[in-house]
Amino acid sequence: MSLGVVMLVHDALDRAGQLVRHWAGHGCPVVIHVDKRVKRRAYASFVNDLADLENVRFCSRHRCEWGTWSLVAASQTASELMLKSFPEVSHVFLASGSCLPLRPIQEMQDYLANRPRTNFIESVTTADVPWTVGGLDKERFTLQFPFSWKRHRTLFDIYVRLQQRLKIRRKVPEGLVPHLGSQWWCLTRQTLSDILNDPNREVYDAYFQKVWIPDESYYQTLVRQFSTNIESRSLTLSKFDYQGKPHIFYDDHLQLLRRSDCFVARKIWPQANKLYDSFLSDAGAIMSEAEPNPGKIDRIFSKAVERRTRGRPGLFMQSRYPRMGFENGLTGSTYAVFEGFTEVFEDFEGWLERAIGGRVHGHLFAPERVEFAGGQREFSGALTDSAALRDYDPRGFFTNLIWSTRGERQSFQFGPADNQEISWDMAKDPNAYIAVVSGAWAVPLYHSSQNFTDIRRQAARLQKIESDHLDILRSGYSRARIRIWTMAEFVQNPMEPLQLVVDEIGGRMSTRLTEAPKMVDLDGFGQFLQNLKNQGMQPYLMGNYPSDSDPAQTPRDARKPYLIK
Amino acid sequence: MGAWTSYRLRLQRKRRQIRAFRKRRELTEVVNRTRAIRPEDILVFSTLRNERIRLPFFLKYYRDLGVSHFFIVDNGSDDGGREYLAEQEDVSLWSTNASYKRAHFGVDWLNWLQRKYADGHWTLVVDPDEFLVYPFCDTRPLRALTDWLDASDVRSFGAMLLDMYPKGALDAQPYREGQDPFDIACWFDSGNYMIKKNQFYGNLWIQGGPRTRAFFQDDPKNAPALNKIPLVKWDKEYTYLSSTHTILPRGLNLVYDEWGGEKASGCLLHAKFLDTFTAKAEEELRRGQHYAGSHEYRAYHQHLKDNPDLWCKWSEKYINWRQLEILGIMSKGNWA
Repeated sequence: MSLGVVMLVHDALDRAGQLVRHWAGHGCPVVIHVDKRVKRRAYASFVNDLADLENVRFCSRHRCEWGTWSLVAASQTASELMLKSFPEVSHVFLASGSCLPLRPIQEMQDYLANRPRTNFIESVTTADVPWTVGGLDKERFTLQFPFSWKRHRTLFDIYVRLQQRLKIRRKVPEGLVPHLGSQWWCLTRQTLSDILNDPNREVYDAYFQKVWIPDESYYQTLVRQFSTNIESRSLTLSKFDYQGKPHIFYDDHLQLLRRSDCFVARKIWPQANKLYDSFLSDAGAIMSEAEPNPGKIDRIFSKAVERRTRGRPGLFMQSRYPRMGFENGLTGSTYAVFEGFTEVFEDFEGWLERAIGGRVHGHLFAPERVEFAGGQREFSGALTDSAALRDYDPRGFFTNLIWSTRGERQSFQFGPADNQEISWDMAKDPNAYIAVVSGAWAVPLYHSSQNFTDIRRQAARLQKIESDHLDILRSGYSRARIRIWTMAEFVQNPMEPLQLVVDEIGGRMSTRLTEAPKMVDLDGFGQFLQNLKNQGMQPYLMGNYPSDSDPAQTPRDARKPYLIK
Repeated sequence: MGAWTSYRLRLQRKRRQIRAFRKRRELTEVVNRTRAIRPEDILVFSTLRNERIRLPFFLKYYRDLGVSHFFIVDNGSDDGGREYLAEQEDVSLWSTNASYKRAHFGVDWLNWLQRKYADGHWTLVVDPDEFLVYPFCDTRPLRALTDWLDASDVRSFGAMLLDMYPKGALDAQPYREGQDPFDIACWFDSGNYMIKKNQFYGNLWIQGGPRTRAFFQDDPKNAPALNKIPLVKWDKEYTYLSSTHTILPRGLNLVYDEWGGEKASGCLLHAKFLDTFTAKAEEELRRGQHYAGSHEYRAYHQHLKDNPDLWCKWSEKYINWRQLEILGIMSKGNWA
């Protein structure tokens, strides 16, 4: 009853030697396959260094390349030698030169001794694995792959496409159901020798030689022919990233690996001295019968893959600069935009802050300066109130602001006098809540003491800008939550829309508003609009604003506010 | 990228290689210890002038990260820096009195040395006031990063320049030789960086930070570039164009992801703003050897008269790389 280790060594021979000593020293016979690409002199000294170990053998060498048959051939040769030279071996464990045992060998031997007939090999059908490289899963078994994926990628791709186009299919040998799984297995003597001594082996080998990445499918498929006692998981903790290359463990993973209770982990960085020193020493070994539990490591690595493929929404930085439409959200958190409210109410910002909390800014895109909350000169992320800097890259300014303040809801004012370059970005952003009182820009004009020709010109300009802006908000591309009232309907009964907005933003507590903001003086505003009309300028964004009387006193049936998306 | 663009880029690369070849004559070898270099060594390349006071910490910092050899071009130092460097066992030193500006701000010289000595090595091109920070740099040596990049078939690694500054006037705390400059200049701007993509070279053009905020508020277009690609698995066909902002072939500039993901990246902590800066700015302005008519130094000069405080209420105090990661200034990518 004993465990034998078949070790495939490609580089870092000193580390491999250390591991061989560890396995062999704890009573596990080791058969080593050294890649033929290792220089002869290095090989000779490697063999020489391990010459004192009686239970170590070297098998004949193959030239190994990732994704090819050579890796299977290497493991076959080594396994045959293992079965022949060490008749006492009952389980054979396939390891690499960078697989590090995390628990005492004795524990692993006991674990296997308690499960004498169990094969530990991950083996699942192609339909069920999500982790295939290059989008090839079933086709691994039905196409031919004479070109190296690493060295001749173009040829590889062309040939694959050609076969797909011509619908060339290879036949899977009768009786085989293709299975895939991690190439690191631990098989019983019985199963392994069945696989290696199968009368059909030549047929199978010939077939698998042209399968892509056969080391992930050869044993995984054949084991199903000979054994029903299969634990479909690998005893080797091995995590892969989104490109199918193994994650590497470093010194700072020490605690994580300790707590994983896995038997063996790969890949270990050859220079990770602390890992090798602590796991290969017998000091502090606590015997336990715990089942392997790689959950925490799983989480860390899947988070890493997620970061690489999806990134953090709302972040634009030196190594994440998504093209338009690939941002996974322009911003990472919700914010609210108010248009026309500061014009209609006195101290609207103060009121809003009391009503919904968060940070309430003035006009962030105002022409003279950025009106940060509280009139600050600088703001989160060390943004400054310089309009020139902001207008140099308005979108960057905006995404920076929302990114830097994540965790705190931002609200700000916007209007036709502001830099409009951000319009589309806000409209398309599902994180935006935009509330508009259209036409309210006329109120400051009404209060201004400028000469009327100037006022008229400005009104025409602002109306044009706001009209364009509203077109954007109403376009089919907008994804923001948008509410628009004309000024006429808004001033009829401002509390109702305000309550709605506060409820929808979901402020501190969605209770009834107790405090109403104070409306600015609008006496004569209707006449002002009439004067504009008389001058030949038609102010239409305010809606049907009565020209002669205070609107609040003339009740009219208010149209329901409408919601776009 | 069309064939025509591709051809133009190739032509430009070849031209710069020829230029570097011609500029080799301006370099005088002071000490050449390149025979000691082993194939897997990581190499640092740097051009400098009158940086004696910074050298001990600079060398120590990169030695601790696992850099094995320094290639330094000394551009006419007269502060004893050259003699100091010549004594260091892991430094190969060249000196020149030729124009820094006409050697493309030192790029031609280093391109030549890299072509000659760095083929197949991971190379780090940094100024003596730039300190590389990368994910896990507190627990993993630089070699771990380059091995991982090798395994991922990545040839270049981006590290944005992060300007560090002290709180208060620049000259309030004098820098002592050997001291960690970030004991003094330990503040930085966390989120005011502006990014554009250069369609021709494919790299990002990043501006912002305290320099833009304090000196270029009204002229942001001319604010200094912060994007850098300092760490490259060098091949003799590669060539830097302007500082380490741009490199050819073009594919090396793609250190960022365009489909929503994050690639791994680092930061070059920039210890420019110490008490030495005022004197340096004056000297550089006088020499006129810097980029675009030294407009950068002219802007500094104008503001430095008032002895500005770069610190503001929203400045962040530097803790470690994880902080920069969380703030979104750099990323672990899928390195875990």
